[in-house]
Amino acid sequence: MKLELRKIKVTDLALGNEMKFENGLLTIDPQVIIDGLMEDVNVKSVKVDIAKPGDKTRIIPVKDVIEPRVKVEGSGNGFPGVTTKMEQLGSGVVNVLSGAAIVTIGDIVGFQEGVVDMWGEGAKWTPFSTTYNIVVDISVVDGLQPHDHETTVRIAGLRAAEIVGEVARNITSDEVEVYEMGSIFEETNKYPDLPKVLYVEMLISQGLLHDGYIYGVNSQKILPTLIHPNEELDGAVISGNCVAACDKITTYQHQNNSSIIDLYNRHGKDINFMGVILTPELTTLEGKFRTCDYTAKLCKSLGADGVIISEEGYGNPDSDLLMICKRLEDSGIKTVLITDECSGWDGMSQPLADTTKEAVAVVSAGNVSHVVNLPPAEKVLGNPEAIATLAGGWEGCINDDGSMKCELNAVIGSTSEIGYHNLTVKLY
Amino acid sequence: MTYKVLYYVNQFFGQIGGEEKADIKPILKMEKVGPALGFEQLLGGEAEVVATLICGDNYFNEHEEEALKFIIDAVSEVNPDIVVAGPAFNAGRYGMACAGVANYVVDELGIPVVTGMYKENPAVDHCKAKAIVVEVSDSAAGMRNALPVMAKITKKLLNKEELGLPQDEGYFPQGKRLTVFADERGSERAVKMLVARLKGEAFETELPMPVFDKVEPAAAIKDIKKAKIALITSGGIVPKGNPDRIQSASAQKWGKYNIKDIDSLKGGYYTIHGGYDPVYANEFPDRVAPLDVLKKYEKDGEIGEIYQYFYTTTGTGTSVGNSITFGVEIGKELKEAGVDGAILTST
Repeated sequence: MKLELRKIKVTDLALGNEMKFENGLLTIDPQVIIDGLMEDVNVKSVKVDIAKPGDKTRIIPVKDVIEPRVKVEGSGNGFPGVTTKMEQLGSGVVNVLSGAAIVTIGDIVGFQEGVVDMWGEGAKWTPFSTTYNIVVDISVVDGLQPHDHETTVRIAGLRAAEIVGEVARNITSDEVEVYEMGSIFEETNKYPDLPKVLYVEMLISQGLLHDGYIYGVNSQKILPTLIHPNEELDGAVISGNCVAACDKITTYQHQNNSSIIDLYNRHGKDINFMGVILTPELTTLEGKFRTCDYTAKLCKSLGADGVIISEEGYGNPDSDLLMICKRLEDSGIKTVLITDECSGWDGMSQPLADTTKEAVAVVSAGNVSHVVNLPPAEKVLGNPEAIATLAGGWEGCINDDGSMKCELNAVIGSTSEIGYHNLTVKLY
Repeated sequence: MTYKVLYYVNQFFGQIGGEEKADIKPILKMEKVGPALGFEQLLGGEAEVVATLICGDNYFNEHEEEALKFIIDAVSEVNPDIVVAGPAFNAGRYGMACAGVANYVVDELGIPVVTGMYKENPAVDHCKAKAIVVEVSDSAAGMRNALPVMAKITKKLLNKEELGLPQDEGYFPQGKRLTVFADERGSERAVKMLVARLKGEAFETELPMPVFDKVEPAAAIKDIKKAKIALITSGGIVPKGNPDRIQSASAQKWGKYNIKDIDSLKGGYYTIHGGYDPVYANEFPDRVAPLDVLKKYEKDGEIGEIYQYFYTTTGTGTSVGNSITFGVEIGKELKEAGVDGAILTST
């Protein structure tokens, strides 16, 4: 498979009367997005605003973040199986509005939505303070059940990304990233001496607001499955707005999965990167045994020498992470895990909900309960009071002047367990 | 402004005498004695040692309560900005005295404490979480190397500067896992770590695996038909409106609610838990905390009675430290109420 991502660098963002891109400036006509999203009968109203890096703007509660793109060659524009008809992803040419992001907000459906600060103290904790954000505020029709509400806003975000992505259709870009990989046999013939490496990406699969989707299939319903890394980079995996904001994998992070990209960068040099195994995190013990055994079996069948395993969420998925690790290490396959920690406000508590001595190589993406103080914003997109009910906030954590105190739990992407951000934990 | 330091030493370093003087009661001298002299010179004029507390090692260990009472009064009187104790090297009783002073001063007065000990001194584990314990050699011959490190850390604490990593600054880790920024994103670090492992090169985990406590199960209930049973959940089931404002993740508190006069949680309760799909729990909260079944058991005589209060908190993201506190507090109440057993549900 060969996928070309043509990166069109967005360096400024404005609202205007037409959709266009010129010399780095992306201009958004809100009405175009509103008209597109209002086609869904479940959408009552849509508001569109923008937030640029450095603006004293707070966005809350954030549901998902999506990168606007358009596929100009090859099959599968949009998000096949979800917003567009089923097509094979992973090959072709995609024009990417790189540096721009759709950020969806609206009434809280679940407590797992989050906050993005575009400036100052808050900005350094989230990767989405450096993107030029098109903020889409979605209200749904009255009486919609929570599951339908959630589906509606998720799809609206994806559609907004497609609508904005169209702007890039005829723009040329000098910066092209090429992701190309033959079959496992071809690559192994090419690099017979390099260690064979797989990436196991765990996906929360636990119900409303807690599911990842693969070509529109709820990950709850699958056995662990092998996917070409290009398919994920091409939009095959989307977020069901899962778990606490800090370590949910937003759709944007699937499209730009840092573990995939960093493994790709070493492919043919230090390692032979063979592919991605998507593994659901199930809540039942039987489910955990089934998926962990199955994941380990896939890794063994493919002859992996090394595996990176990334988690999504914390708590019971810690068990899945460590169960997979133990199975692989016991089979002689070397693992590195990426997780985050729940060590309390003071950092003094044990960091994981489970433990296994085989987990000797672990990357920590930060303590989800680390408390940050965020100054008042000049402009709030959404509802600042939402922080009191979000995971990571509490009643009284917002002050009269608009400043607030919250855990990283509430900050989107802060402790990303696919390693998208640069936090870690040190023992003091 | 110069900061004030109070120095603590034992009878030997306090120049009173050796083992034969180890039972002397604590005394406060408004002067610099023993290591306090050299220590002050290392502070470079930023702080002054205004007094030295001296106590016999045996006296402290055998009369800890009286010794601490004197010490706390003395510290309150001197009102220092920081207390420096030892270094105790590998001396066990001196170490325990320094640790006792350190924990008491930090807990009771909130004044920071710096001390120094050899890594095998058992007192290290007693106070490293509260005081800064500098790693020193095993005998007083190491005084010359120990004091500059203790002085450097003392100055930083006085100036409210953040301490660097324990291995860089020279103190024992306090057990705090603090979030900091790394030079590379997590995925890059993971790939590097894997490549190092595959090449057989050295690598260092960022998260050593925790060691868990093991809880012994309680003895079986002798007669369940007479037992008083409590209902407890970490599934975030609370009365509608969440009157006690329990957090939806990383709980800082628990709540208890009277269930004496209801047969089910349906209608009056919902979940504020941020870790699972709330729809089905909100439809019927007894799915998470089965009061309905318990009440039926009570009516049918399967159990003696249900304790009139139901206890609840949120489990997701809640630190083990907080969980232990909640468990101790709730357990105490249940014990006092004569509860024989509890149904604990999680989600």
